[in-house]
Amino acid sequence: MSTITNGLGRQIPEGMLPYQGSDFFIKKHKRVLIDEVIVGGGHKPVYHQIAEIFDTFEIKDGMTLSFHHHLRNGDSVLNLVLSEIKKRKLKNMILAPSAIFPVHEPMVPLIKQGNVTQIYTNYVNGPVAKAIEEGYLKDLLIMDTHGGRPRAIESGELRIDVAFIAVPTVDHCGHGNGVEGPSACGTLGYAIPDLLYAKKKIVVTDNYVDRVKTIDIDGRYVDAILHVPSIGDPNGIQSGTTKPTRDPIQLKIAKNTAAFIEACGFIKKGFSFQTGAGGTSLAVAQDIKHVMKENKIVGSFASGGITNFLVNMHEEGLFEKLYDVQCFDLEAIKSYQRNKNHLMMSASSYGNPFDKPKVNELDVVVLGATEIDLNFNVNVTTDSFGHLMGGSGGHSDTAFGAKLTIITTNLLKSRLSMVKNKVRTITTPGETVDVLVTERGIAINPRRQDLIHLLKNSSLPIVTIEELLQKAHQITGIPKEMSPIGKIVGVVRYRDGSIIDSIYEVKGV
Amino acid sequence: MRRSLLFIPANSPAMLQNADIFETDGLIFDLEDAISLMEKDAARDLLSEYFESYKLEGVELIIRMNQLDSIYADDDLKRALSWPIDSIMVPKARYQDLVQLEEKLEKLEKKTKWEKKIMLIPIIEQAIALFEVDKIASLDRVSALLLGGEDLATNLEVERTKDAEEILLARQLVIYAAKAYSKDAIDTPFTDVSDKEGLIQDAKHAKRLGMSGKSCIHPIQIDDINTIFSPTEKEIAYAHRVIEAEKEALLNHKGVFSVDGKMVDKPIIERAKKLLEKVKS
Amino acid sequence: MIYATAGTLESNDCMITVTQHDQQEILIDSIVKEAFGDQILAVILDVLNQLKVKNIKVHIQDKGALDYTIRARLKTALKRLEDVK
Repeated sequence: MSTITNGLGRQIPEGMLPYQGSDFFIKKHKRVLIDEVIVGGGHKPVYHQIAEIFDTFEIKDGMTLSFHHHLRNGDSVLNLVLSEIKKRKLKNMILAPSAIFPVHEPMVPLIKQGNVTQIYTNYVNGPVAKAIEEGYLKDLLIMDTHGGRPRAIESGELRIDVAFIAVPTVDHCGHGNGVEGPSACGTLGYAIPDLLYAKKKIVVTDNYVDRVKTIDIDGRYVDAILHVPSIGDPNGIQSGTTKPTRDPIQLKIAKNTAAFIEACGFIKKGFSFQTGAGGTSLAVAQDIKHVMKENKIVGSFASGGITNFLVNMHEEGLFEKLYDVQCFDLEAIKSYQRNKNHLMMSASSYGNPFDKPKVNELDVVVLGATEIDLNFNVNVTTDSFGHLMGGSGGHSDTAFGAKLTIITTNLLKSRLSMVKNKVRTITTPGETVDVLVTERGIAINPRRQDLIHLLKNSSLPIVTIEELLQKAHQITGIPKEMSPIGKIVGVVRYRDGSIIDSIYEVKGV
Repeated sequence: MRRSLLFIPANSPAMLQNADIFETDGLIFDLEDAISLMEKDAARDLLSEYFESYKLEGVELIIRMNQLDSIYADDDLKRALSWPIDSIMVPKARYQDLVQLEEKLEKLEKKTKWEKKIMLIPIIEQAIALFEVDKIASLDRVSALLLGGEDLATNLEVERTKDAEEILLARQLVIYAAKAYSKDAIDTPFTDVSDKEGLIQDAKHAKRLGMSGKSCIHPIQIDDINTIFSPTEKEIAYAHRVIEAEKEALLNHKGVFSVDGKMVDKPIIERAKKLLEKVKS
Repeated sequence: MIYATAGTLESNDCMITVTQHDQQEILIDSIVKEAFGDQILAVILDVLNQLKVKNIKVHIQDKGALDYTIRARLKTALKRLEDVK
């Protein structure tokens, strides 16, 4: 495959649009919108077998089928469709699930046998990731961000033939929501672009009722209802309540992160904040909560994937609103039902650079990384060995939009430094990343002279990122550079549609 | 300052190489309870290589050796003199044993031309030791006393509780003995690592009684202990005022003076000096 | 077979087994083999040289141990081997 070099010096397949800067194409291009596909009101046909859907909607070779990932690792819908593809021996199918989890293992033989030859997704982990990195997918894996996927769909770049939209509760007209029913999952933000723009829309439910209490899925866009015994396993759907970490190193990182945010003067009236659902993120949120309570500060909103921790902060009056693109646990689902200021956002209003996305209103975001380089470019797509284990999700979107983007990570993980000369894969460009907090020091991106100046007399352990790398090498010894040697199996597509890096083959062990 | 002392198992590389991250005043590399009998040799070798590679600064380096009457004690002491440690923590400390240990150290230090003088932190964890704790505190090399609450409770055949009533007398005796000889009194660890409130209550109680610091068994306890045992801003400011007032009084040939409306006599001046010394260190 | 072991398979540690042998043989299993394999070998050879041990079989199962840990575990294993003999 011939390659060209993009704006960050990375090789990408020739013929694809090279990344040129985090706002280059946002400034250059206009928003492109294809027509929404509206079906109309009234009762929608109900089916009980997936085979009926394939027959009725003439699903054949080469078509693009899409799915959302609100059911996470408890999802049964994608696998149901895969089983039918396998039965009919369909070939060259293009799948566009917004994320892929270990539960989607049945996709692996379909990839290996050519039933599925291309995948568009924002996050992939588990056996499917392994199969892709080992080179079994015939065409390229295209990884978008949570904000870039709606851009691709609404512009027609990613044309979906049939969208299979899992909806926990649906009524006769195809209206639905994610809060009622045995497989409740909360908000359905990631499903909205598929609902609006796919050629055909099938809502898949296990709870078919006379009337739904609230409408998050508008039946006017729905072609048909597939009523099945179960759309997923609640245990896998709700990731369970994560607790703030108790690891002393993570706690030190969290403490310094919160202290940094405070020292920059962000924690004041109207403060807006987003972070992940992991143990360290929650520890940061806990420290921030402490500061806000002590100083009686009311923030404007918290956003992103919502956990019970953020729900508590909202209910204690610390954040006026919650903007929810995904509910991580039962408390978040319940809160969405009962709290009028707990609001859903569609993937587009969350992060689409051509929309007016919420990420642009964010003050502070705290994110993770598998690797970060001296230019603050961040990798959340592969690990240091090149293994595919994630993807941007909302990483690149929030990093762009937030006034302060903080990356937290251990400096050292089992003799490997997380700060590198060069990262294996660039997911999020360094120009959108401001600060790195590790257990051995805090590094500020030299692009942020304002922050460096603001904190020049701070007692926080601020060093340069070069010093962190040096410190790491002092401790571990200097590693041999591990360079990719295989063929390109996928690309990381930045939120604006340009290609920021390639993903390389990694041979199985 | 010895507000917090963290126990670290000497045989755990993961803990050793992160030891410098935690803001503790002292690190206790444990060769005793944390190490199984079969691994005592491995622990010593690991510490030797560790100290070769790592230069730790600004923190007191302590080893908890094995009991003096065990087969491990001799090797512990021999190796200890090749390590850059400040103090040795002695479990089940008894006066006579410590006297002999001091002599031994004197000899070993001369032999290895060791420039530093290794200090001792005896662990008071037996009922009988409390009847000689003043003599122990008076020893030249003893710089602090550590109360070993868990083993003491076992010795007393009682349950070790969070409100610590059963070790109250022991705490106080250790404190009085330490203060009598101007040594530090270090409190026993709070063993429920998941109970933050309990730790804070226990540490505050220990401080009120007169402990100068507290040992900890998990890094998560360090911050709270440092906060509780640190002199407050108010205390530091007051101490400065006392010293300033003393200087002025001397200049004006005044024998007696007052600060904040209260008369200041010698004990208060001494206390202020000690506190400022601690803060400086 | 006369052998001795030291260390553990915990993160940041390594388990080293030394076996009496009529030549030098060094087997390295490491989670960071690509990045540090050469370095690990160098450290092992250095310790063997230092202790003037020529013929020995060394097997290291490494979970990201730093140099000082590898040196220590190897030295302990060799001492234990002496005790066994």
